[in-house]
Amino acid sequence: MTEAVGRSVPRKDGIGKATGRAKYADDLVFPDMLHGRTIRSTVPCGRLAGVRHALGPSFTVVDWRDIPGRNVVALIADDQPCLVEREIRHAAEPVLLLAHADRETLLSAWVALEEEAATPVFDPEQSPTAFKTILIEKGTLDAGFARADLVIEGTYRTGAQEHVYIEPNGVIAVPEGGGIAVYGSIQCPYYVHAALVTLLGDAVTHVRVVQTETGGGFGGKEEYPSMIAGHAALLALRARRPVKLIYDRQEDMEATTRRHPSIVRHRTGVTRDGTLVAMDVEVILDGGAYVTLSPVVLSRGTLHAAGPYRCEHVRIAGRAMFTNTPPNGAFRGFGAPQTQFAVEVHMDRIAEALGMDPIRLRDRNALRPGDTTATGQVLGADCSAREVLRAAVRKSGYRRKRKAWAGTDRGIGLSLFWHGSGFTGSGELKLASRATVELTATGVRILTSSTEIGQGTRTMHAQIVADAMGIPYEQVEVAVPDTAVVPDSGPTVASRTCMIVGGILQRAAERLRAQLAGLSPAEAFRRLGPLAVTEQYVQPEWIRWDEERYRGDAYATYAYGCNVAEVRLDRDTWEVRPLKVTAVTDVGKAIHPALATGQIEGGTVQGVGFALLEQVVMRNGAVANAQLTNYLIPTTLDTPALDVVLLEHPYPGGPFGAKGLGELPIDGPAPALVNAIRSLGLDLRAIPAVPERIMEAACASS
Amino acid sequence: MRFLLNGVEVTPEAPPMARLLDVLREQCGLTGTKEGCGEGECGACTVLIDGEAVCSCLVPAAQVEGAEVTTIEGLGDDHPLAHAFMDEVGAQCGICTPGMILTATTLGPRPSLARIREGLAGNLCRCTGYEAIYRAVRKAT
Repeated sequence: MTEAVGRSVPRKDGIGKATGRAKYADDLVFPDMLHGRTIRSTVPCGRLAGVRHALGPSFTVVDWRDIPGRNVVALIADDQPCLVEREIRHAAEPVLLLAHADRETLLSAWVALEEEAATPVFDPEQSPTAFKTILIEKGTLDAGFARADLVIEGTYRTGAQEHVYIEPNGVIAVPEGGGIAVYGSIQCPYYVHAALVTLLGDAVTHVRVVQTETGGGFGGKEEYPSMIAGHAALLALRARRPVKLIYDRQEDMEATTRRHPSIVRHRTGVTRDGTLVAMDVEVILDGGAYVTLSPVVLSRGTLHAAGPYRCEHVRIAGRAMFTNTPPNGAFRGFGAPQTQFAVEVHMDRIAEALGMDPIRLRDRNALRPGDTTATGQVLGADCSAREVLRAAVRKSGYRRKRKAWAGTDRGIGLSLFWHGSGFTGSGELKLASRATVELTATGVRILTSSTEIGQGTRTMHAQIVADAMGIPYEQVEVAVPDTAVVPDSGPTVASRTCMIVGGILQRAAERLRAQLAGLSPAEAFRRLGPLAVTEQYVQPEWIRWDEERYRGDAYATYAYGCNVAEVRLDRDTWEVRPLKVTAVTDVGKAIHPALATGQIEGGTVQGVGFALLEQVVMRNGAVANAQLTNYLIPTTLDTPALDVVLLEHPYPGGPFGAKGLGELPIDGPAPALVNAIRSLGLDLRAIPAVPERIMEAACASS
Repeated sequence: MRFLLNGVEVTPEAPPMARLLDVLREQCGLTGTKEGCGEGECGACTVLIDGEAVCSCLVPAAQVEGAEVTTIEGLGDDHPLAHAFMDEVGAQCGICTPGMILTATTLGPRPSLARIREGLAGNLCRCTGYEAIYRAVRKAT
């Protein structure tokens, strides 16, 4: 039998998606279903004084007084209301919910909010409120700076970014018995489950959450679905009928989360030979109006802020700040793309200040096995920062091109980056994720709450289980994530679905296989009947993490990448065209090379958008360009040629050596592209690098 | 209203200014055509009208009177593009895939990479970075 792992087997969901048969939330229809609509605040800060409408009895209307449990979207701080009571903290905050059988009638219904505006805070640096502060300290900064021949400082900024999953957020709530079922486009069914239990309290006998086929997530369907599911459930309970609540593109862009804008300041001491001796980093994230996931985004941001470099004296101080804007939230990379943009552009500026080749500077300081990170974690043999750097330089022809293109309108630049796999520190231990493998009449079935959102979860999990069981891939089925059926395997986030949940499944499959005593699953099912094995996450014994002091093993392991970007600058329009990105990536083991390549290609292009095109324009705390006409993501004509190279330095703790992959590719493109622009003599320290910004940099340097 | 839908004559009841997208999905029950933006930017709702790829969110239903409309369901299970999208992992989340495949059917035989890029520029994909889609189209056409 051919093994499945390491082969690009057919996707489990390939044919359904290629024929249009796959069912997404908006494709489902339930008997007597109503359509839902959300009435939202228009001011960024103030007080709700009243609501006026003249809606007839054919409308279902819900406000905060109709919430049977607690009026919060349960997550970390429970500070965000599901519906505004009095205080308005941001524009597009949900106030009133309507449902009606006829969509046109619903959309044309007149509702007026009486809002008393107060003075908002938009600048995170002026905000009086920090949601979270983090301090990472290693060595003594003064001692480090005392050794420095040169100190280089800089401030770097990144803008907000929209997820632009092509399927907007949407759910359908369906009363069933005395309980409620919610079907929807979601990444984390158990997050939604927990939020609904808090919101609905004793009003329901049970809550069930079922993932429908999901048209992209990228973090945008991590925490927000708890809000929209709550709204649909409240309407459905009031109407006693199913309610479909699907956002159109504009509402999705106005109301749902975005990538945190950031300001990062570096002060770095180096010796003449290019050794980093002191790194002082300040990280500021704009959290928006409620805590949501900002503390954990800040955590990952600060933990990656020093880049994949060795340095004895490091201080990283981070804070996530309140502002009167819609809450920013999870987005692929989760703080790390912001802080690694800063450190990687800063590295090129250090190289310039030293008169040193930026590759040599990185090679000298890149983390090696046995080195310690800023939190004091000792890295294992799978640390491959220098290997990816060297491979990327070689494969891209970086040195030759850099030399040949000097003085032309072509530029080339590079970035070296890393990404921790799984939840931070003891996060995985607290999650205590579970996953099940059970016998069926034809093979086995996987039961997890890990969601397929495009990345290939079903396929990759089935490969791991097939090989661990020693059975053909075709004999492995994957259950639909339905909280009434599957155990809580934790959320589908943090580059954890392969390494962490895949690892649990591998152990479950091995234990089930041992119980079969040589019988095939189908034969065992006939003889023994149903049999299921559930395993729970077991933390490697060596992991130590001090949450108070931010010391220890921040992640079980890290994946590494290096991007080389080639660009052409048009000095008439100041547009930068990305020509090619060489992406060398080490994920330990590519369980499915074509899926892994697809993650890298897709993440890289999202990174190109983040770097060059995607600009969220805010006016008085609201998104001014909430449509795809003027918020631009890369089309086929905006993307560079991509050369993806996979390296494999296996991590012994991952299934078949695999590490996390999903987020890593978006960390590298922005700094590589800006460093390519820098090679043309333009000192750019903020993205998106739209023509206006490039022109300003050109004017400043001339 | 009367038109040919995937080779079969249909007479859905809808206001003349209803979006073709809604008529196909709600009156005709063909949900393979997707809504991504509702303003003709993303191409997820692409269908063929008399062989031409158009965004069905921008087309009033009355405009297809007497025309031939093809949706993803009309290509069947064995279309070479469907298989190539499976083999090359041209579909990740899959929401753009029906529109992408329908546009790809209009690119002609053996299109160059430049022709594919130009032809697919009106179809947004947020997952793949398009590379696997190019591989699929080149394999199938």
